[in-house]
Amino acid sequence: MKIKASAKGDVTKVKMLIGHIMETGRRKDADGKLIPGHYITEVTVMHKDTTVFHAQLGPAVSKDPYLAFAFKGGAAGEKITVTWIDNQGATETSESEIR
Amino acid sequence: MKLSRRKFFQYMGAGAGGLVAMASLPRMAFAAWNQTAFTADALAQAITAVYPGLPVEDSSAVKLKAPAIAENGAVVPVSVSSTLANVKSISLYVEKNPSPLAALFDLGERNLADISVRLRMGETSNLIALVEADGKLFRAQQEVKVTIGGCGG
Repeated sequence: MKIKASAKGDVTKVKMLIGHIMETGRRKDADGKLIPGHYITEVTVMHKDTTVFHAQLGPAVSKDPYLAFAFKGGAAGEKITVTWIDNQGATETSESEIR
Repeated sequence: MKLSRRKFFQYMGAGAGGLVAMASLPRMAFAAWNQTAFTADALAQAITAVYPGLPVEDSSAVKLKAPAIAENGAVVPVSVSSTLANVKSISLYVEKNPSPLAALFDLGERNLADISVRLRMGETSNLIALVEADGKLFRAQQEVKVTIGGCGG
């Protein structure tokens, strides 16, 4: 996953791009069988032990989800941690430094 | 509070009733994935599952940004921001998708209520943004015309 966080004054803007198939569970394969859904359900962003962003996503979010938000109280050099989990239990955590 | 393993299981043994009580406590942290809301197949149902009993009003304090025409329904860029105070959550709905609720953002105290995401839209539909603040829902909506649907095979 790619994370970009930049602070300007008291406002930190965060953009992230998560590589994930986001399979809806409504598509059929060549044999007409339903392809099981496989999508990210939750994304959490922590900064200094507090959650600054929590998203619940459904399969209507595009493949390779892009998410952006802003929070106050961050500063350059500090870290944010992004964690996602999908409906099949897979999870990934990544850390990024605010610039 | 510290619990011994035995005590823990005794509490768990108090049964499903205890779990239900826990689930219905006011959201102390952030809610876990709301399956009922994400699988609801009608807009009103989805909204009720996310915000039971909250009144809704249209508001110019909610800014919804999305293309009027989306050439590719698989990737529709959407932004929502709000100038309201005490925003607790923001949710996005595509009225004509099989499950209208697309995304639900629980905002912590330090979040500035300015969110972007990319959504799939199966066909031309209304896009609805709800902002929860002070126990009320504030709504903005816009129609997005889709030339190529985003949910087909």
